[in-house]
Amino acid sequence: MARDRDPMSERTRLATAGARAAVLKNLSRQPGRDVWTGRIFLIVLLIAIGIALLGLAALIIQSAIKGQPAFSMDLFTEGPSRVNPESAGFRPAIIGSLYLIGGVILLIVPLGVGAAIYLEEYANRERWWNRLIELNIQNLAAVPSIIYGILGLAFFVRGPFDLGFVVAAGSLTLALLVLPTVILAAREAIRAVPPSIREGSLALGATQWQTIRRQVLPASIPGIATGVILAVSRALGEAAPLLLVGAATFVTADQPNPFEGGYSAMPVQIFNYALDPQEEFRTLAAAGVVVMLVVLLAMNSFAIWLRNRYEQQW
Amino acid sequence: MEARDATAATGAPGGKLDPSRPLVAARPRYGEYLIKGLLAACAVISVATTTVIIISLLTPTIGFFEEVSFSEFFSTDTWAPLTADPSFGVFRVVVGTLSTTLWGLLFAIPVGLLSAIYLSEYARPGVRRIVKPILEILAGVPTVAFGVFAVTFLSPEIQDLFPSFVKTPPFAAGIAGLAIGLLIVPIVASISDDAMRAVPGGLREGAYALGATKLKVATRVVFPAAISGIVASIVLAGSRAVGETMVVLLAAGKTPNLTFDPGASVQTMTAFIGTTATGDVATGTTAYDTIFAVGSLLFVMTFVLNMFAIRLVRRFREVYE
Repeated sequence: MARDRDPMSERTRLATAGARAAVLKNLSRQPGRDVWTGRIFLIVLLIAIGIALLGLAALIIQSAIKGQPAFSMDLFTEGPSRVNPESAGFRPAIIGSLYLIGGVILLIVPLGVGAAIYLEEYANRERWWNRLIELNIQNLAAVPSIIYGILGLAFFVRGPFDLGFVVAAGSLTLALLVLPTVILAAREAIRAVPPSIREGSLALGATQWQTIRRQVLPASIPGIATGVILAVSRALGEAAPLLLVGAATFVTADQPNPFEGGYSAMPVQIFNYALDPQEEFRTLAAAGVVVMLVVLLAMNSFAIWLRNRYEQQW
Repeated sequence: MEARDATAATGAPGGKLDPSRPLVAARPRYGEYLIKGLLAACAVISVATTTVIIISLLTPTIGFFEEVSFSEFFSTDTWAPLTADPSFGVFRVVVGTLSTTLWGLLFAIPVGLLSAIYLSEYARPGVRRIVKPILEILAGVPTVAFGVFAVTFLSPEIQDLFPSFVKTPPFAAGIAGLAIGLLIVPIVASISDDAMRAVPGGLREGAYALGATKLKVATRVVFPAAISGIVASIVLAGSRAVGETMVVLLAAGKTPNLTFDPGASVQTMTAFIGTTATGDVATGTTAYDTIFAVGSLLFVMTFVLNMFAIRLVRRFREVYE
């Protein structure tokens, strides 16, 4: 660089090199002990992150190896069977999960985005009730999932809604469970749109809602989509609340009516297979885990890619 | 409010606009009010959720305490709510929960924090760009997968290595704890990493200028400066471990042993709720109400932890952002 600007004379170069050597000799010397403790610490850090990544890699690889004998189309086309576990599969569970997730998406997209718009665009932070809503959402995001199962059991299955043990009750329960995730992600996406965009739109005579619908929402769609995908993948993997709102094991009926009849779900079916001491069922459980991991990891990777790809710099 | 801002912005000597052209809308926009109301209703659903959770827990819990005294619930140590001669000393299942949580945190705190220090202070940007998303993606692995992993892999392997460790194979609090630990490592690592990266670079440079080594900067400057976020990550992970259900249902067993022994089978609060609610317990009985009483206790425990964590997170955001 310096050579391009101003060719140095031989003498200057020599002087610089000498000064540099003197500085390095006197100032960069660290006591040997410090060098070694530094190196050991770095090794410990690498071991720690290695354990974290290795543990999770072990989970994926072990499930694939263990479930390998059960990989066939039977997994998708057959239902659970006590008589011939070799050809048993997840068909009703997969269909049940698809129904559940359909309901969850229908509920969380309007509710989650609506709540996020209200909190970011309309709510006055000074008012205590808006602060309460905010604190409440943060807390709800960390309430254990089984508590939502209790809510679903007391409120949707029995109690005021009295739906019984049906898909709709499961969908409502899972939707409430993941709603905070959607709201938090959507708020972040909306907050990332700079105020100048809104001010420009308002200055041109647009109303507040027109500004939100035509400027803010289009700009924040990638962030919102990321949040929705992450929430849906969480709902897809949740088993604990479904245990309480009635996802049963032995469901042979193919097409559940969302408002009547028993249903099954993928994670619950895996859980029940894993509880069985018979080796064939454990193999099936591992195969089911692989199917879920493929779907969920693909969804999550897509969501995170989406976020990084469309992260706008204003 | 907008009209007032506009007046201030014109900065005209008189400070007043032409009164014949007011800046307010000619007629009230009822549609806008309607939309605002609908959106507010969406936000209120969250408050309603909490209220409904509390109501659905509280009503049967009150019924429960009409049958069982407070002192029996909290101060006796026999837990057999489903037998003909029931006893309701919740202490045993609380200890079960604390045991799996303890073993989980013992694994997750060192692994998670050291990973966070590596990601925030040592990793090159390229490594970080790959490892951080991997951790985020793996946070999405369903908990039932960790449970299956614990019973089909961890438990047999540990029995092979230490034959006398697991008392009632394949169930052990320590094995469930290990699986829970793996599951909460991403939470600890990710939040702590964010907290440490929020520490301003000036603090690091100041320490380097005074001759500190990289190790000292990471452990004596950055770590203490980010401590509120780090504690928050641990508390949130603990709350997650307390509420974890599928792993303990599969790997911790159903025997309510009063012990912190990692090799013993324990019943946790969540496992009790999970097994009892799926069994044949008639609605309205005391045994059925026990589910809700234990649920209330679990809700209160996690609520306290969550509030504590939320406060801490706010503090580190306020200081450095």
